[in-house]
Amino acid sequence: MNYTGLKALELAKLIREKQITSKEVTMGFIERIKQKNVKLNAFVNEEFEGAIKTAENCDNILAIGGKELSPLFGVPIALKANMCSEGTKVTCCSKILENYISPYDATVVEKIKKAGMPILGKCNMDEFAMGSSTENSVNGPSLNPWDNSRIPGGSSGGSSVAVAAGLSPLALGSDTGGSIRQPAACCGVVGLKPTYGRVSRYGLVAFASSLDQIGPFSGDIEDNAALLEIIAGYDKRDSTSINKEVPAYSKYLNKSLKGMKIAMPKEYFIKGGLAPDVLEALNSSVEIFKKLGAEFEQVSLPHTEYCLATYYIIATAEASSNLARYDGVHYGYRKKDSKSLIEMMTKSRAEGFGNEVKRRIMLGTYVLSAGYYDAYYLKAQKVRTLIKRDFDRVFEKFDCVLTPTTPASAFKLGEKILDPIQMYLSDIFTISANLAGVPAISLPCGLSDNKLPVGLQLIGKPFMEGELFTLAHAFEKAYGWKNTVNTEV
Amino acid sequence: MITREDVEHVAVLSQMKLKEQDYILFTKQLEEMLKFVEKLKEVNTDDIEPTASVIPLKNVVREDIMAASFDRDIALMNAPDKDFGHFKIPKIME
Repeated sequence: MNYTGLKALELAKLIREKQITSKEVTMGFIERIKQKNVKLNAFVNEEFEGAIKTAENCDNILAIGGKELSPLFGVPIALKANMCSEGTKVTCCSKILENYISPYDATVVEKIKKAGMPILGKCNMDEFAMGSSTENSVNGPSLNPWDNSRIPGGSSGGSSVAVAAGLSPLALGSDTGGSIRQPAACCGVVGLKPTYGRVSRYGLVAFASSLDQIGPFSGDIEDNAALLEIIAGYDKRDSTSINKEVPAYSKYLNKSLKGMKIAMPKEYFIKGGLAPDVLEALNSSVEIFKKLGAEFEQVSLPHTEYCLATYYIIATAEASSNLARYDGVHYGYRKKDSKSLIEMMTKSRAEGFGNEVKRRIMLGTYVLSAGYYDAYYLKAQKVRTLIKRDFDRVFEKFDCVLTPTTPASAFKLGEKILDPIQMYLSDIFTISANLAGVPAISLPCGLSDNKLPVGLQLIGKPFMEGELFTLAHAFEKAYGWKNTVNTEV
Repeated sequence: MITREDVEHVAVLSQMKLKEQDYILFTKQLEEMLKFVEKLKEVNTDDIEPTASVIPLKNVVREDIMAASFDRDIALMNAPDKDFGHFKIPKIME
């Protein structure tokens, strides 16, 4: 039987009812990875042995009548290659970490293991999560399963391809400026960036610490809610995680949208800023929301046009500091036969990092350096305050903000790789949620003229992921998205 | 305007020994990126507090109690070079 078209919660139910075993399901996905991954390049580290062992364990627990099992017990999952999992390679798709074996589990990985979910392996990404297409990966790009000549989005592109192409029912990604939502939109799956502080970042290789957040990829909203419930929560090992109870997100599904107020920021719909087919899909989606009882109003988020510049100062500054640790001393790539410590460090870093990472370290170092700190870094932090205030003001009156996830559907491989600023512009609609620290979800809402998925983004109030699920779930049921590539032979 | 000397200085601060073609490429690209972020100068930020983090960060303290951490072998398992239970690096003085 082919399980790859089934959703994670359906698989969990079949496993719990002993109609199939976790091992059969896991082997099914492993088979599909073996068939498809050579081309799609979604997985960069296959961890099949460990996955099968976990699945067998699950089946043993079920055989003896295990109680209080997690809602996704026995269902396999994939990780992004920047998440630490004990005894496995965590490369961040960088040469500098090509041989790094993690000595410990990230908190999310600990939680996934505790929930009895076999880990199939690690997924491709732009090096250190810097990019929007996976083309910055030392392992080469992943391919979009809807059109193999196109990018899957990034940086968590491998995770989105894994779920879209039916190589894994679920995956985790990380999102610093759109790295979960943009690839979710490009590949026609659901991707959530939770509120900053909702999910522990302990064991996530840091890129920009005030923006990074881990979140779930899934085929639909129900699966996404179930997975968030497993990974969310306070962790004393991450001082930015927040001690706030994790709600039962499934309780937010199947609710009416009557009286819910959705804001449409005019700055996200300006003429020329959006492909016509994306705009058309968005307009049809708004009609669906209206039929479901939601109320719409146009609003202004006046500092929107400054988000990208603010982001590229803050994110690169934080990255330059976070990536200072890769010096060839304790772990990672070391240039052999160096005559001095400085030579070893400067050559290890120059040879170990790819160009995009170097570029960002350099920009970040520049904006933090003496004489430029106030003009760039401090200025960006102040503009960040104004961007956050824009959202605070809108959320006084509205439950969420609706925008496109991306300005256009997936672009061609190679199209933007030589022009960093063009590449950065593909994240123009997703960056604001990271700067403001608020949750945002992308879900499929239509097809472009060339039959590629189009994503819709809902941005919510801090810690109101539940409300986002309410809105997204009602829309999903009314719209009836069909993934046609997850069972494709 | 960013000069070749600026890029060389930033490369030193970033601890990266770049190749000749990188200096040429990065001078051009950093110039473009800085021009792009110049946009922020338009925004009036007088009397605006900077946001370093969206959540109120406070120092997290704990009792200073001994607890187990990594074994030495595990801490050293990714070391590019080691000797006698220590990380080994090239000479730092003659």
